[in-house]
Amino acid sequence: MNTSIPVTHPRLELRGITKIYPSVIANENVDLIVRPGEIHAVLGENGAGKSTLMKIIYGVTKPDAGEMLWENREVTIESPAAARRMGIGMVFQHFSLFETLTVAENISLALDTAIPPAELAKRISEVSMEYGLPVDPHRLVHSMSVGERQRVEIVRCLLNDPRLLIMDEPTSVLTPQAVLKLFDTLRRLASEGCSILYISHKLDEIQALCDSATILRSGRVTGTTSPKQETRESLAQMMIGRELPECQMDASTPGETRLLINHLSLSTIDPFGTTLKDINLEVRGGEMVGIAGISGNGQKELLAALSGEQPAMQDDVTQICGVAAGKLNPAQRRKLGLRFVPEERLGRGAVPALSLALNAMLTNNDSSMVRHGLISYQAVRSFARDVIDKFNVKCGGDKALAGSLSGGNLQKFIVGREIMLAPKVMIVAQPTWGVDVGAAQLIRQALIELRNQGVAVLVVSEELEELFMICDRIAVIADGRLSPAVPTAQTSVEQIGLWMSGEFKHDAESSQNESEVAHA
Amino acid sequence: MPNLERRAQPSMVMMFASPVIAAVCMLITGYLLFTLLGKEPLHAFWVFFIKPLTTAYGIGEWLLKATPLILCGLGLAIGFRASVFNIGAEGQLTIGAIAAGGVGLYFNGVNAPWILPLMMLAGIVGGMLWAAIPALLRTRFNTSEILVSLMLVYVAQLLLGFLVQGPWRDPDGFNFPQTKMFTESEMLPLLMEGLRTNISFILALLLVAASWFYSHKMFAGFRMQVSGLAPAAARYAGFSEKRNVWLALLISGGMAGLAGMGEITGPIGQLQPVISPGYGFAAIIVAYVGRLHPLGVLLASLLMSLLYLGGETAQMELGLPSAVTGLFQGLLLFYLLAADIFINFRIKTRKRPLEQAEPVKPALSEELT
Repeated sequence: MNTSIPVTHPRLELRGITKIYPSVIANENVDLIVRPGEIHAVLGENGAGKSTLMKIIYGVTKPDAGEMLWENREVTIESPAAARRMGIGMVFQHFSLFETLTVAENISLALDTAIPPAELAKRISEVSMEYGLPVDPHRLVHSMSVGERQRVEIVRCLLNDPRLLIMDEPTSVLTPQAVLKLFDTLRRLASEGCSILYISHKLDEIQALCDSATILRSGRVTGTTSPKQETRESLAQMMIGRELPECQMDASTPGETRLLINHLSLSTIDPFGTTLKDINLEVRGGEMVGIAGISGNGQKELLAALSGEQPAMQDDVTQICGVAAGKLNPAQRRKLGLRFVPEERLGRGAVPALSLALNAMLTNNDSSMVRHGLISYQAVRSFARDVIDKFNVKCGGDKALAGSLSGGNLQKFIVGREIMLAPKVMIVAQPTWGVDVGAAQLIRQALIELRNQGVAVLVVSEELEELFMICDRIAVIADGRLSPAVPTAQTSVEQIGLWMSGEFKHDAESSQNESEVAHA
Repeated sequence: MPNLERRAQPSMVMMFASPVIAAVCMLITGYLLFTLLGKEPLHAFWVFFIKPLTTAYGIGEWLLKATPLILCGLGLAIGFRASVFNIGAEGQLTIGAIAAGGVGLYFNGVNAPWILPLMMLAGIVGGMLWAAIPALLRTRFNTSEILVSLMLVYVAQLLLGFLVQGPWRDPDGFNFPQTKMFTESEMLPLLMEGLRTNISFILALLLVAASWFYSHKMFAGFRMQVSGLAPAAARYAGFSEKRNVWLALLISGGMAGLAGMGEITGPIGQLQPVISPGYGFAAIIVAYVGRLHPLGVLLASLLMSLLYLGGETAQMELGLPSAVTGLFQGLLLFYLLAADIFINFRIKTRKRPLEQAEPVKPALSEELT
């Protein structure tokens, strides 16, 4: 299909692309060249402007300045449909699939030309077999794992015969093993002449997969290079402007059990949620335990059960510092010393439309802040200012609205707020999700300090690298079951990766064989 | 088509300018309307907005009509801030009047100082009970409180109609559908001889202060605000959703019930088939025009009350139909909702053509300040 184009012409060329939002310059004078059959990385931290740039290429947003050349012809892409007609496909980080429809129905909705259902199903099977992406066209999407859903998205793009495929952080939902498979598929596509734009902030992946890389920092290009010839350090230097920081963590001796989860089973009211099945875990004082797993395997449900947002039916399934707490609400659990940092910062961990001072009162409303039902604004504001100072939160003071802070700064504020309240047990979900490297480092170090002070810390994260960096023990959640927690030193990324697809059920004592067939 | 783009953060200026813009737009539309109807617009405005306030009696009427709006508006604003949308204040007002009136009729002729407070209590409890129905259904079955509270308005009005035309009709009333008049000890004391304004206006002012205190100084008010702004954050903090719904509906119901009691023991003096020209509905507009803030509610109530009075004088002096009041109220809400868009959005100016993309930084920092 593209043999007529001389190899010397780039498939896509961007010149001086600029996009300005009211509060931020997302892209400033960005140049980018992607050649046919090339796997080109766009590397940058969260907020560096990668996603905006991809949206511009895919016709979702229009640039304020700059030009775009597609196979040496200047183009303006008016809409995603126009982009697809030109041969540009995009797999988004968050999938846009209808859970109640089948694979084929979902794909037919996204196609610009109508194909009869019977023929479409056949083509889906053909394409998926050809590229090693097994997908059953008649399966309902809600029954599929996240990795399988990603395959549907890729197959959907492939049906359009793309000449440029954009992959936005594709590996965040995959096990390490599935990542290798995905790489095979992408290499295969590239060898057939399809160009691939691969967006990521994971240096290892980019070095393993990509031929060339454009590195973005604060919306500007800071380098174009061949990642295989660079070191991790030199890539990081271009990405964040300095060396990759390291965490300091010494061995510690765990004390008494502070958090005990005892045969916790909880069915979900959400039809697409995950039922928790017989979860057992023990976190001791001075110990940091991590829970790995692909999102959607019960993390959300487990966290809500532990925080008290979704209390259990029995009281003894959760114990906080020796007190049965299964039926308690979040405020009551907080009194027992449990502190929780949720995954969603805006709207759950903080109210966007309220000031930081008022947000401090969300979880800190004991007698020093609220007396006889009256708010002591002075105490609230001075507490908020303390958090802002101690955790280096960049903001316009304690009266700044929570919604006006960047993700990293708001996370520092929320983590800081909970740490300042002297927790006995600290549960943190996705501590550094969407946070820049500097802030991530500060947050991890703060959690380590907390552990050193004897607090029981439980971290739920999708970033394996992070868990291996800061945890004493790691467990894996898969399909609502929790694996045994093993000491980090005695396990490996490979083993945890296997467990993430549910394999620990065989590894650990052989459990019941029900429902194991359901998920691949 | 103008291009809207989201502001970096909500504009405080627009927050306060929006009601003013809405009022101005309402006046402009009114100007066109009067012109089209063949009335001299400036004269019509004078009749509508100035003339009612030129006499002491007029000012008294103005405050009198503002009182039920303040009471209902304060309660609704507390609920709306908590994202509990009680649309049925009119019904709660009616039931409040029925409950207070029932007490008054039962003790008719008993001259005692405790009757009036008892009637007041009955009015508040009546309004609360009527609002408890949507609260119960919402917390038990997740029913929309908007629909339930609205439908109960008509039930309440039919109940009042049944009572005054049936069991509670004044036997000496020549078959008019109305109850006996309340006696002196059952009527709210007047503020000044010659005016109809009574003590409930002072009570409303006190409640403005109390309501401000509740929503801005008390932790309970903060809890309700968080529930309204971010339900997930309220759950995370451990604030009960049920308590939020109950409180919001009971407070707004009780205030509306008090307003109903104030009407029948004030200007009306008995129960009639219709006791409110739609105060409970107008209070929804009042709450939003007043930015859900107690002081704002006070000002908005005065404006809406003026629209009622102006509508009456316009009927008499200009021969306009009574619908003109509803028309102006509707225009005000319509323009307010439209202008509120600009709190979170602004019109994207194409002031940055491609060539000017270079000196972007100073322009941006100016914008942010």
